[in-house]
Amino acid sequence: MAAPLRNGLLRQAATCLRQQQPTPVRQISRDALRRLASTLAVLEQREGKLNMGSLASISAAQKLGGSIHGFVAGANIKSVADEAAKIDGLEKVIYVENADYEKGLPENWAPLLVENIKKGGYSHVMAGHSAFGKNLMPRVAALLDVQQISDITEVESEDTFVRPIYAGNAILTVQSSDATKIITVRGTAFPAGAAEGGSASVEEGADPKAECPVEWVSENLAKSDRPDLATAEKVVSGGRGLKSKEEFDKIMPPLADALGAAIGASRAAVDSGFADNSLQVGQTGKNVAPQLYLCAGISGAIQHLAGMKDSKVIAAINKDADAPIFQVADVGLVGDLFEKVPELTEKLNKA
Amino acid sequence: MATKLRILVPVKRVIDYAVKPRVNKAQTDVERNVKHSMNPFDELSIEEAVRMRESKKPVEDILAFSAGPAKSQDIIRTAMAMGADRGIHVVEEKIELEPLGVAKLLQKVVEQEDRNLVILGKQSIDDDANQTGQMLAGLLNWPQATSASQVEIDGDSVTVTREVDGGVETLKTKLPMIITTDLRLNEPRYASLPNIMKAKKKPLEKKTMADYGIDATKRLKHIKVAEPAPRQGGGKVEDVDGMISKLKELGAL
Repeated sequence: MAAPLRNGLLRQAATCLRQQQPTPVRQISRDALRRLASTLAVLEQREGKLNMGSLASISAAQKLGGSIHGFVAGANIKSVADEAAKIDGLEKVIYVENADYEKGLPENWAPLLVENIKKGGYSHVMAGHSAFGKNLMPRVAALLDVQQISDITEVESEDTFVRPIYAGNAILTVQSSDATKIITVRGTAFPAGAAEGGSASVEEGADPKAECPVEWVSENLAKSDRPDLATAEKVVSGGRGLKSKEEFDKIMPPLADALGAAIGASRAAVDSGFADNSLQVGQTGKNVAPQLYLCAGISGAIQHLAGMKDSKVIAAINKDADAPIFQVADVGLVGDLFEKVPELTEKLNKA
Repeated sequence: MATKLRILVPVKRVIDYAVKPRVNKAQTDVERNVKHSMNPFDELSIEEAVRMRESKKPVEDILAFSAGPAKSQDIIRTAMAMGADRGIHVVEEKIELEPLGVAKLLQKVVEQEDRNLVILGKQSIDDDANQTGQMLAGLLNWPQATSASQVEIDGDSVTVTREVDGGVETLKTKLPMIITTDLRLNEPRYASLPNIMKAKKKPLEKKTMADYGIDATKRLKHIKVAEPAPRQGGGKVEDVDGMISKLKELGAL
């Protein structure tokens, strides 16, 4: 049992003794656990800007009750920590100022987190199930000898969580027996939380300065003025039916602009080179759950549905009336996307 | 002087990706009596290892590994038909291993078999955990490059391009290391009939969890497996105007 848990139980027991009220043991432990949930939420930042998507881990932590501390590390991080301190729900923000952490490499980030988790005695550690969280958290879990719980969509209690398996075709409820729960959180399953209204204290964390045997060379990020795919309110998505990159680029962006939507794509469209890898929606791409998911030329393979079926409203345009996408679409239109999508774009622009 | 590559490729037997899994009546698991095959990401791992040899990298050997019930042997044979030299099968019928248990097992295999490169799939399509490679890297304290879409080896220096949110990033490190594969790394080959026949003669060692002294007690108790909330299609509309008015009705516009 983790030290803070034990201490808390003792504290709880002591309180009961002082009150000299016999309390059922079960009651003590449950209340003690509830009171003692203390979460470290690992927040992402990039060149001094907080990633708002990573605030979902705070919303998930709020369902546990207990205190929540945010964690940031990187170069010139103090201003990021001050910004994070305004996030509603955080009690404290721990920051580690060191340029070595700027690129989020797990080789030195994992020892960094382990040190700060031990120092803070947290019962839960949560991060977004993003590229950063997926890369880092299992390494942290292994160092702490913990079986991580990935991509949770619900918090049932302090040790019981819900997550999709088999590309979302089954929903698993698991109960963890580990002292510290290491968790990644599906961003679309929890509200992003408010970036304002909080007043957390800001404190410097421990820096073990582990060596990093990996050199970060470069990156190539798709530039876009459109909303971020993972958090967009509306998403328009194109598939193999678009036939070529030229057609994709001719047909999808005007529709996205008409709606103020992000652009996504099916794996078939990405593999065929119509769209960038980072736009892929599905089991192995991004999970989205926008208000509106409008797709054209996508048949609806289970791997694709895994990434979008929690969307509020799904609309589909496909020339094959028997395409599986129509089984999940709230609004289906059978027709040639090369006619229907431009017509839709035009009418949306007029409206 | 080039470092000899001693590659370990862990492979997992999973329900075939084209099968839509169904939750059983007791809500304890999905129905298992369906077609199984190699986890698609693991095919990419084997393919990458074999391509390293084909591109004249100094590959000493490629060891395929799987832990699980007797039938997992078929998956190791498939890996050998694709080009792995030999296999180890840890036969475990009772416990369905969790990523942490597998990572601990792989750590032992790496040490005993003197491996310097482990290539794993980024996730298995059954539990969708995306953990084992990172955990193994942590246990060994080796560098990791996850979700790799390109790998270049030059001596003991390795450059990996990995898929991240919004694009790709490139990392450089040195062997020994852990790589996990993403979809766009390569196009796995089909095992040809002659190679399938040859694979039957390749050495396959059977071992048990006890041989490695690993405690694989599960940390996560499965409380329930449920069907996702069904989603009812809302039917079709005749034309674009119908679509727009329906979307307005649903509050999506």
